[in-house]
Amino acid sequence: MPKQTASQTIGPYFAYGLTPEAYGRAGICGNVLAGADTAGGELIRVEGRVLDGGADPVDDALIEIWQANAAGRYNHSADARGEVALDEAFSGIGRCATDAEGRFWFETVKPGAVPGRGNTLQAPHINVVVMARGMLLHAFTRIYFSDENTANANDPVLESVEEARRPTLIAAREDSAKGPVFRFEIRLQGDGETVFFAA
Amino acid sequence: MTMAGGYAPLDRDVHPPFSHADYKSTALRSPRKPLVPLAHTLSEITGPVFGHDAFAPLDDNLTKNAVKNGEPLGERMIVTGRVLDEDGRGIPDTLIEIWQANAAGRYIHVNDQHDAPIDPNFFGAGRCVSNSEGSYRFTTIRPGAYPWPNHANAWRPPHIHFSLFGPSFVTRLVTQMYFPGDPLLEIDPIFQSIPAAAARRRLVAEFSPEVTEPEWALGYAWDIVLRGAGATPREA
Ligand SMILES: [Fe+3]
Repeated sequence: MPKQTASQTIGPYFAYGLTPEAYGRAGICGNVLAGADTAGGELIRVEGRVLDGGADPVDDALIEIWQANAAGRYNHSADARGEVALDEAFSGIGRCATDAEGRFWFETVKPGAVPGRGNTLQAPHINVVVMARGMLLHAFTRIYFSDENTANANDPVLESVEEARRPTLIAAREDSAKGPVFRFEIRLQGDGETVFFAA
Repeated sequence: MTMAGGYAPLDRDVHPPFSHADYKSTALRSPRKPLVPLAHTLSEITGPVFGHDAFAPLDDNLTKNAVKNGEPLGERMIVTGRVLDEDGRGIPDTLIEIWQANAAGRYIHVNDQHDAPIDPNFFGAGRCVSNSEGSYRFTTIRPGAYPWPNHANAWRPPHIHFSLFGPSFVTRLVTQMYFPGDPLLEIDPIFQSIPAAAARRRLVAEFSPEVTEPEWALGYAWDIVLRGAGATPREA
């Protein structure tokens, strides 16, 4: 039985390989997942920063997101629920490198609720993987939404997190002229350390 | 793949810990609180799919995909292998992205200030998807070693960065491929952060006379193993 191949850090120089738009080359996916032509759903912007254990911005992190569409369906064969609408134009994958201030952002649709284990329903959420120079292994987290209080209260994954740490997983909604913005800080270490999952 | 089992957990004997004192940048970038267990749901067992139409013809040939006025300098090489799961089955259709320094040990990245020449004909990034058997193949230039500020006189061993998605969001892997016989491996804090010697060895490609093409390029073989199917439900 072969054993898993070990992880290594993404290092400081991944941008021209993984987010090469600034180098005049096309990347495989970017940070705009949805726009005016996306079928259905609420267009949102997710904005945040990545901070280290000294509360300093991490300017060489890579954030990837993976999410269901507005109806709550993943664009993948393992989600074979024919009764939930699939939008072929919405891939659900996004990628953004942090800037000099540690900031990242995505334009996407707010995902719908998706089934959990057993007969549970998970609150709308975005799956996140965090990588950076200085991280030897990627870290998994999730973005939940502050305007989903009822769904969040019944979410089995949030329930499994100690109450005091749950707020680190909930993005705060702010309404702007351009639409809703959800703010989400990722603290790698220290006070308010983001909850990371053994996914 | 059943939903009940999801994917096998990350093997903690294989993967480095977040915190590794010899690699200084981990000090403030390593989560310290225990990871919260997460039984796999649709969110974890699904993942992005990249169609073959997302690729340009030269994306897997780094000796050709950035040519301006000639051939890139350095030792031409082929790296090929299979993407496998823990049962040894090939994983088809998985996106593999690579990036690397040029033959002189210089990245094209704006932040790389190493005093080594940039090669106008080498960009150093490529991508492909594994075929129906899980095989992949890149043509590139053997990268050089480069200095880094971790400690006095620190040099990274020559390596190629590999990024893979695999069949689901939780099979994501970013790693580095190294070269056989390299004395820098013994003293590289990033390579040495891997707990088990056998797991470290698996990051070193094998020189392959069969892959080597006469009068053209040296060949290296390197297989990558992603997380397989979970044996039992991890739900309490
Ligand atoms: Fe490197």
